[in-house]
Amino acid sequence: MTLLQHIGKYTLLINRAFARPEKPRMYYIQIIREMVALGINSIGIVAIISFFMGAVITIQTAYNTESPLFPSYLIGLAARDSIILEFSSTIVALILAGKVGSSIASEIGTMRVTEQIDALEIMGINSAGYLILPKIIALVIIAPFLTLLSMIIGVFGGWLAGVSAGVITTPEYIYGIRFAFIPYYITYSLIKSVVFAFIITTVSSYHGYYTNGGALEVGRSSTMAVVHSSVVILLFNLILTQLLLS
Amino acid sequence: MIEVRNLYKSFEDQDVLKDISVSFEQGKTNLIIGKSGSGKTVLLKCIVGLLEMDRGHIFYSGECFTEMSAKEKKKIRQKFGMLFQGAALFDSLSVEENVRFKLDMFTSSSHAEKTKRVNFCLEKVNLKDTNLLYPSELSGGMRKRVAIARAIVMNPRYLFCDEPNSGLDPQTAILIDQLIKDITEEFNMTTIVNTHDINSVMEMGEKVVYIHNGEKRWEGSNLEIIDAENKELHDFIFASGILRHLKKDEI
Ligand SMILES: Nc1ncnc2c1ncn2[C@@H]1O[C@H](COP(=O)(O)OP(=O)(O)O)[C@@H](O)[C@H]1O
Ligand SMILES: [Mg+2]
Repeated sequence: MTLLQHIGKYTLLINRAFARPEKPRMYYIQIIREMVALGINSIGIVAIISFFMGAVITIQTAYNTESPLFPSYLIGLAARDSIILEFSSTIVALILAGKVGSSIASEIGTMRVTEQIDALEIMGINSAGYLILPKIIALVIIAPFLTLLSMIIGVFGGWLAGVSAGVITTPEYIYGIRFAFIPYYITYSLIKSVVFAFIITTVSSYHGYYTNGGALEVGRSSTMAVVHSSVVILLFNLILTQLLLS
Repeated sequence: MIEVRNLYKSFEDQDVLKDISVSFEQGKTNLIIGKSGSGKTVLLKCIVGLLEMDRGHIFYSGECFTEMSAKEKKKIRQKFGMLFQGAALFDSLSVEENVRFKLDMFTSSSHAEKTKRVNFCLEKVNLKDTNLLYPSELSGGMRKRVAIARAIVMNPRYLFCDEPNSGLDPQTAILIDQLIKDITEEFNMTTIVNTHDINSVMEMGEKVVYIHNGEKRWEGSNLEIIDAENKELHDFIFASGILRHLKKDEI
């Protein structure tokens, strides 16, 4: 299939996913389930990665700017901006593409090859809507919170590492992260996280939904889901940065 | 009653079904038989609309299913019950939730009423007190029975079964066949069963359609099938050898 055909098929599927639900109550229950499965269960990995990235960014910035002309508090500022602008939205999205994307594709793919999707359709249920829409809504709601959490933990990790390594003092760091602070950067990052959440859930659902064959193909779909979500995220990162920051 | 008229179906490079016309009767277990790969599953999926056919028409009690709008199709599907080859239970839901699912989606009865209905259906398939188990905790035969309970929970008028006893031991297989036959008669449904199992044919084949290489080659009842004058069907039926001996003895 050509790229254009994939995009067409993807668009039709997502369109179907947004059809009016048979019974909204059943969808609410699914959304809550998915928020737990996709969001809450990702808190751990997001926290660990954010902490270490924050720490590394701070220490690297410090060693790269060892100059008497460069005031130490700027280390805090630089760490803050890289965490907020790029790392807490894009890197976290890439991590989620790996964790959430593969689990969505293999769950839906397994349902496809074991005829569970056919079972839904035969009951007169819109399988695309029932399976995909709750995942989109759940991750779109929860992704900004994960991003905020990542920012907080990242900045905290930077402080802990910076102070323990002796490259910056606590007052300098705090001064630095408050210096010339632009609140819009946070908005920008949260907007990106919502778009990325949509990309991860829809691209992965697409790969799962059109799995053809057996267990082997489910594995393949799940790999494709991660690869394609990541590429699309990077592409949209570029587009959004251009649109939102210029 | 379900009527199929001049159905054709092909995949990219392969004609799978060629000019199938057949009618399936109400209150009876209608069998589609044929060896693996002959097109039984594809035929059943075309009949219920899970696969698009290339040409032909399907009628449900005289109404043309092929020409219905998506909305009308959704509506008539609520009168369908289907048993898939691998049972296709929802892994993430318990036995009770699986059987309840359709009630939750389409009815507004109270929780107690739904539970009562679920328990009634589970009792019908001899699975009392398994409500809280998950599909992964069940044996193959139990899964099939849960799937039957799920299929009949909304009193379907049409029941479709794809190889209901594949992968089961002979005793369990016969129980499942019996169950399908009894339910069909009790609720006066139009039932279509795909099978390649000769025991099933003898057990419940009030109406049998034989498919070979995607073409209909024979139809009749299980009483007539032994004497059918059709080479492939004859080979198919007597492949087991035991039956062949029986027939010889009879002569
Ligand atoms: N989705 C599909 N794509 C391509 N070919 C298919 C598909 N489904 C079934 N077929 C082909 O159609 C033929 C009939 O298959 P099927 O109806 O599953 O046989 P059976 O009688 O064993 O149920 C087989 O040759 C199979 O390879
Ligand atoms: Mg089959």
